[in-house]
Amino acid sequence: MNIQTALWIAQRASAAVLALCVAVHLAMIIYAVQGGLTAAEILERTRGNAGWLAFYSVFVLAVTIHAPIGLRSVFAEWLGWRGRSRDVVLSLFALLIAWMGMRAALGVFA
Amino acid sequence: MKVFVKRNSGFQEFEVPRHPSQTVLDVVTYIQRSLDPTLAYRYACRVGMCGSCAMTVNGVPRWTCRTHVDRVVRNDALEVGPLKNLPVIRDLVTDMREFFDKWARARGQFAGERTKRDDFHKVKPSSSDRVQVDSNIECIGCGVCYAACDVVAWNPDYLGPAALNRAWTLVKDERDSLKTERLRAVAGDAGCHSCHTHMSCTERCPKHLSPTAGIAGLKRETAKALLKGEL
Repeated sequence: MNIQTALWIAQRASAAVLALCVAVHLAMIIYAVQGGLTAAEILERTRGNAGWLAFYSVFVLAVTIHAPIGLRSVFAEWLGWRGRSRDVVLSLFALLIAWMGMRAALGVFA
Repeated sequence: MKVFVKRNSGFQEFEVPRHPSQTVLDVVTYIQRSLDPTLAYRYACRVGMCGSCAMTVNGVPRWTCRTHVDRVVRNDALEVGPLKNLPVIRDLVTDMREFFDKWARARGQFAGERTKRDDFHKVKPSSSDRVQVDSNIECIGCGVCYAACDVVAWNPDYLGPAALNRAWTLVKDERDSLKTERLRAVAGDAGCHSCHTHMSCTERCPKHLSPTAGIAGLKRETAKALLKGEL
């Protein structure tokens, strides 16, 4: 399998998912701050709500795929950093994003 | 007018008389024949057919034979240099080897299946594949797009717009028999997937072709081939 073609498809597909997720997320922010923003109001909406957990899990997964692939090109073209060391660091970066994102999503769910 | 010519030693200033309908190639030719015979530059047809006179004029890659001085002169001054992204042999002459080697690396050679004993393969001008490469097959390999490409500057292995455009025209050529091998050759970090769609190639192409569209087509075809398990 040609890995770069697979990465390109993953990048495009995750971008499509992100376009939707970011739009929903922004609309939600605008809706949520109407009449003031409180932690209690947010938690009331998200706690125990499997729908929001599913939505933000998909969001986190899309970012986890999208950001490291983009940085891969940035590192190659701007820093001249290619090869295995770059890909290992970016894989770790992907895990970091996934961990931080899921920690936040689960934090407001549980 | 003042003409600043990039030479191996740096910019050299010349004073060149203006004429009506004067081209940049006329200017360079005047300098070499009347002011400094050691100036090296390259040209052949003088009428926009061969593509050998491409140079950087005021920072932009152009065919000098088809560029009128009136259109590009600024404050009665002109700056002429060799094409970017290519090694300079001397003054305004670049080494095009790497540029054409990349055509070969992109599998730019046609590979048909018929012999001289067979009848001609008739390609319908209205067929979808033929229509998609109708303009792209007009590329004459002048290297202007290659010199204009940011990705070539960032990644010296990148095949570049012209080689990828050539691969695209062959992928869409129904007589050709090497489709999968071609897609393999252009998939990856040196190939179509590195293109950022800046469209400098399309902006600068003197024939108004769109290598960007061809590269986008290669991205689609490689993606399809991968999903079918052919890549």
